[in-house]
Amino acid sequence: MTTIRPSTLIPLLLLAALAVLPFAAESYYTAFFARVLIYAVAASALNLALGMGGMVSLGHALFLGLGMYSVALPAHFGIDDGWLQLALCVAACGLVGLVTGAISLRTSGIAFIMITLAFAQMGYFLVVSLKQFGGDDGLPIAGASRFFGLELASAEAVYGAAFCLLLALTAWVARLRVSPFGMTLRAGRQNARRVASVGLALPRYQLAAYVLSAVLCGLAGMLLANLNAYASPSSMSWMVSGELIVMVVLGGMGSVFGPLLGALAFLGIEELLKGLTEHWMAIFGLLILAVALLGKSGIAGLLARLDARVPARRSPRLAEGRA
Amino acid sequence: MSASLLIAQLLNGLQYGVLLFLLAAGLTLVFGIMSFVNLAHGSLYMLGAYALAVVSGATGSFALGVAAALATGIVVGALLEWAAASRLYRRDHLDHVLATFGLVLFFNELTRMVWGPQPLFVALPEALSGTVELMGFFYPAYRFLIIAVGLAVALGSAWLIHRTRLGMLIRAGSVNPQMVGALGVNIRLLNALLFALGAALAALAGAMAGPILSVQSGMGEPVLITALVVIVIGGIGSVSGAFYAALIVGLTDTLGRTYLPLLMREFASREIASAAGPALASMLIYLLMAVVLALRPQGLFPAHRG
Repeated sequence: MTTIRPSTLIPLLLLAALAVLPFAAESYYTAFFARVLIYAVAASALNLALGMGGMVSLGHALFLGLGMYSVALPAHFGIDDGWLQLALCVAACGLVGLVTGAISLRTSGIAFIMITLAFAQMGYFLVVSLKQFGGDDGLPIAGASRFFGLELASAEAVYGAAFCLLLALTAWVARLRVSPFGMTLRAGRQNARRVASVGLALPRYQLAAYVLSAVLCGLAGMLLANLNAYASPSSMSWMVSGELIVMVVLGGMGSVFGPLLGALAFLGIEELLKGLTEHWMAIFGLLILAVALLGKSGIAGLLARLDARVPARRSPRLAEGRA
Repeated sequence: MSASLLIAQLLNGLQYGVLLFLLAAGLTLVFGIMSFVNLAHGSLYMLGAYALAVVSGATGSFALGVAAALATGIVVGALLEWAAASRLYRRDHLDHVLATFGLVLFFNELTRMVWGPQPLFVALPEALSGTVELMGFFYPAYRFLIIAVGLAVALGSAWLIHRTRLGMLIRAGSVNPQMVGALGVNIRLLNALLFALGAALAALAGAMAGPILSVQSGMGEPVLITALVVIVIGGIGSVSGAFYAALIVGLTDTLGRTYLPLLMREFASREIASAAGPALASMLIYLLMAVVLALRPQGLFPAHRG
């Protein structure tokens, strides 16, 4: 019997609270927390590329947007079959992720940041200029996605779907981190040359992580489109990509629960500041600057510091998992 | 497709290109030497435009407005370098992105707080608001001024980098900053100077663009991203590369927007052309960048490094 440490216990309690929330809260809060969960999924997706792989993508809003439009475009033509939309989303994000990833990964450092940003802008301007699909104004979604009997029409339904997806994703990421694939990625983040000299084809691992991350981000986009009943190019703007990065870093790069903690903190602070002042963004901007200046262990890092204070018998298996 | 349309579009492209160069020059120096990602460079452009709008609006003098923009660029740039950038040089790019992203949000909201969400209007002085006749067709005088200023800055920066002691230090710093520091050069001062210089150029670009664009919150981001495309195409850290790439991008974008829809009408039906033409035109420079990177990841005109 091992003791559960605070860095695991607190996020688990949070998840438990989120599981019962829609049964207790008003629908406004359900919609708000549904947004938190969706962004947590998107941040989890980015965490694969950024947190584990060290690929600073400033263009993940592209995949969020692709996910949204793979709901909105079929719906525009009266197709509300969720499975079809899902297939479209996976195909679109996978293909775009593969092509942009393959080109972007030829570079590194600053150039990588900029190329991912430029690809996202390309998508943004493409959607803006497609006037027959709403262009700048976006595309309203009349019929929600339908998966067999389940229709993602209400905030509660989207909440449920987002919660299940996040739970599965978090559990999967926890395993992935310590799998050979995850280990290779994380090692590559620390020292790419050394990984290559061991004989591992790091670029292939990175590309795989990038494509996975793109597809998962698209799934978050599908949910977001259903929650808003609306798809707009503004969700593809580079500001959204920046926000996703802030969420990942705020939560704790590469950690299992970081994306959830980051999305919750980001949207929670945003909501609080919006209540205080119309010019909340000025304060928020300075907060982000402070986070960057102070360093980036994030909330997960703070919780991990709590662990050190709690005397616990550390099992060797958990210790290995933290490596 | 008349000749005068082509000349006008070429001049428009040139004018857009030199504006991009003003922005890209500072950006590429800061990237190349301090290895610092500065997303807030577009905010300096915006502040330059606001400084021009406010000062020239209050005094009625366009020249004073431009001077105010330059001063704003230098002061805010130096302040940013001291308060944020200099503390982040040693960190990785992710921290740079994060910090400057926060600054972008801050500056956009700050201008909205002070001057409201409505765009400001900048009146051109009498002497510049006319047109110039050029081989039988007319072109706005002010756009000629922009081209002249841009080319002058390009020549000035080439002189600064290749002919002066400061330029020698800049070139040395881009190859090996530690060694320059070890030889007794105050590298921190050099960094601050460069940052402020780049900021002043960005503010100048904003001031020059002010009268032809709307001066409003968030105006810096679209042009910043285009400037990023420029420095990636030109080769990060290379000022001359930034110049050529800025002209290429400026001309490609301007000519593409004009001629691509026309060109597509030749091949496709009117409906398809009018739908796909503008879409393709707006993606053109990003496609160009993707092609350049796929073939030459280091850019077209990379800085020579030791």
